[in-house]
Amino acid sequence: MFSLRDKRLADDIISQIAKARVRLRFMHVCGTHQDTLVKHGLDCLLRRCGVEIGQGPGCPVCVTTPKEIEEILLLAKQGKTVATFGDMTRVPGVSSSLQQIKAEGCDVRTVYSIEDALVLAEKQKELEVVFMAVGFETTAPTTASVLVREPPMNFSVLCCHRLIPPALQAILRMGEIHLDGFIEPGHVSTIIGTTPYEFISKEYHVPQVIAGFEPLDLLMGVWMLVRQIQQGVTEVENEYVRAVKPEGNVKAQQLLMHVFEPVDVRWRGFPVIPLSGLQLRGNYAIYDARRKYEDELQILTDEDVAEPTGCLCGEVLRGLISSKQCPLFGRQCTPENPVGPCMVSSEGSCHIEYLYSKK
Amino acid sequence: MCLAIPGKIIELDDTTQSATVDYGSGTKRKANVSLVEVKKGDYVLVHAGFAIQVLDEKEAQETLALFREMLSQGER
Repeated sequence: MFSLRDKRLADDIISQIAKARVRLRFMHVCGTHQDTLVKHGLDCLLRRCGVEIGQGPGCPVCVTTPKEIEEILLLAKQGKTVATFGDMTRVPGVSSSLQQIKAEGCDVRTVYSIEDALVLAEKQKELEVVFMAVGFETTAPTTASVLVREPPMNFSVLCCHRLIPPALQAILRMGEIHLDGFIEPGHVSTIIGTTPYEFISKEYHVPQVIAGFEPLDLLMGVWMLVRQIQQGVTEVENEYVRAVKPEGNVKAQQLLMHVFEPVDVRWRGFPVIPLSGLQLRGNYAIYDARRKYEDELQILTDEDVAEPTGCLCGEVLRGLISSKQCPLFGRQCTPENPVGPCMVSSEGSCHIEYLYSKK
Repeated sequence: MCLAIPGKIIELDDTTQSATVDYGSGTKRKANVSLVEVKKGDYVLVHAGFAIQVLDEKEAQETLALFREMLSQGER
């Protein structure tokens, strides 16, 4: 179809970034951006120009908390049919993963879309189907779209959806790292548009560019951030104009807010981030697995579900260390035997680093 | 997770809000189009079985020219 991989133009952009003679640190929050950066060697090219780019909490599977993993494991062990996206099944909990308990006989289904889980519930009324709904603003409208169709009562959702702008604010408020700019996720932005990022540039004086996923998209995104810094402005710019409209996808936004309401939630490696999660509104609470199976889930508390021993996924997600700085990286923690979720998910920075870097 | 694949709508069923999307190289798959306003022939981004946005073909074709223009402004 369409790709942005023109080498001469890439060289031109790189040379302009190099000419700026900067030392800057940017963060993006999207596994697909990380994949493009590392797969094409852009991270190394940009580092030579004085620009470091790290992945923040931009992988829905990675930021899902240990408690949420234990919730879904518990429901599967109690005989529910659990359906979720592929990467989620391999994230280790305290003693096992969904994939491991499936091998032991639990009913765990990997689905491409929430619609596959709905079809399963419609066709097999004897099953209690629980869909583990992970994902940011890109994915939450798909969950909403199914729930407004009034699915059968043997279908419920363990809602783990999260919102990106509150996480960006949390990173800045925590102040653990200095950031000169954000590269914002293109596909989240197709839904939310440009406006929800504006308060970050206004309140924290941080430049932001929404970027697409081709190599030239990211190079242009970096160059646009460098240009803002040189010009002394901090605003939200949109590089991904072919897919992101300023207003976003209004229909999806309306559906999302009709079905969900924002709530305070934890993210892996983070304290509670205000209004960064989504829970089902009253009319849809009958599909809320946490409410439906409240008695079964009440044995779990935040306190008794700890991070895996030695795992530094939290530090990686907060941008404090790179994947390679984790002592477990490539040793105890590999894609075959992951300790933490950043090594499991194809969007996790550890997995991507392991896949493309020289061992 | 937020991976979205661009494709072209080659069949559209308004009653089921379902479309057949051609991703090139012979790959075709159904997608739910309830989140977007589309017509046959549109290019869409598909995420987890749902079209989430219509791609602007004109903007896409002009992207490289736009980049070159922005870079030339940067050189001034």
